[in-house]
Amino acid sequence: MDINAYITSGILELYVAGALSEKENEEVYALMQKHPEILQEVLEIEAAVVKLTASTSQRNNAHILKQVKKELGFKTNTTNVVSLVKPKYNWITYTGWAASVVLAFGLLWTVNQNKQLQSNIKVAETQQSLLETQIENSKKSLAEANTLITVLRDDNISRIPLAGQGNFVNTYAKVYWDKEQQRIFLDAQGLPNPPEGKVYQVWSLKLSPLTPTSLGTIDNFTADTNKIFEIKNTNNSEAFGITLEPAGGSATPTMEYLYTLGVVTTG
Amino acid sequence: MELDTLIEKFKAKDEKAFETLYNMYSKSMLGVIYNIVRDHDIAEEVMQDVFVKIWHKSDSYSSKKGRFFTWVLNIARNAAIDKIRSKAFKKTKQNLNSDFFVDIIESNDNLDHKTDAIGVKKFVSKLKQKCKEVIELLYFKGYTQSEASEALDMPIGTIKTRNRNCIKELRNIVLN
Repeated sequence: MDINAYITSGILELYVAGALSEKENEEVYALMQKHPEILQEVLEIEAAVVKLTASTSQRNNAHILKQVKKELGFKTNTTNVVSLVKPKYNWITYTGWAASVVLAFGLLWTVNQNKQLQSNIKVAETQQSLLETQIENSKKSLAEANTLITVLRDDNISRIPLAGQGNFVNTYAKVYWDKEQQRIFLDAQGLPNPPEGKVYQVWSLKLSPLTPTSLGTIDNFTADTNKIFEIKNTNNSEAFGITLEPAGGSATPTMEYLYTLGVVTTG
Repeated sequence: MELDTLIEKFKAKDEKAFETLYNMYSKSMLGVIYNIVRDHDIAEEVMQDVFVKIWHKSDSYSSKKGRFFTWVLNIARNAAIDKIRSKAFKKTKQNLNSDFFVDIIESNDNLDHKTDAIGVKKFVSKLKQKCKEVIELLYFKGYTQSEASEALDMPIGTIKTRNRNCIKELRNIVLN
């Protein structure tokens, strides 16, 4: 098809005028879509005709648009737009501020909660370590108690009661002597706590001639709860005695402070 | 904005698009309507009806049927012609001024820079009588090519070429 001949035929001018039949209109439209030069030609014809026809308008027509919009029920612009924009702005602002305040309180609350939880954890940790210590102590006590039971049941163990002496007649103690293991268990339940700066000292005695041998001092008397002390004894003892001595112990027993004394019964 | 997009929006009942299209074509339509009814108040009245109708009939427009400008032009011309054929109009306006659009343009003091007053005035003053006639019938009166051929007593081919030459001259003056 000769595009140029088609354009110069004058059909496009009639197309813009609206002077063609419906069928011809559709043909021109189809060709316009296919050939950009035809579309361009139509646009230029239209622009020129718009200008020509507009030149015959003698009056301003803005008021007609107003009438049309009124008749069609369009929103009239300016005043309404302002009143629409303002509450929108306020709504966003108020919501924004409210959100900030809520957020701030939320943060404070969270920080507070965190502090509280951390302090709770510390308390729990302390309680746990206390409980662990108690369990440890209990285990230790249980082991000690078990040892004592075995000792008390053992036939080879001699039981020597130590009676209160002189001023300390109200006191007493007991010695369980495990000769085989070369040790004694001293039950000192009947002795008062030693005064400050003093300790109990345990003696093994030979009776003829009277020869005391120190088995050591009980330094943890007050702290010990069951007052049963395991002491090493390698001597062939004939009697046991307990004296009160200055801290650190003495080489020989101070007889004025002999609390208890008991003789080993043979046989 | 692309004209096609604007028209799509208008068809979707976009008020803003309608207003833009009004501003693009209202002067042309008022000019064409006035050219037919020759009364400013009646022209404005018809014009208002035309654009209300365009809004309500937006669904019926399709680019396949022709240019949007041409569609509006047709509605405007038909509304104006209906008006002068009405009984009420005939009573008050017995004798219509027989001037062509050319006379209106030449006596128009309201032409502003936008419509390229000088160019258009220069164009119409140079127009041959036969050019004036063909443009008047095809664009301002809405004659079909065969109606124009009959009215001017010349073959359709001659109408087409003459009209093309007239419009080409107009384009040279107002678009360059």
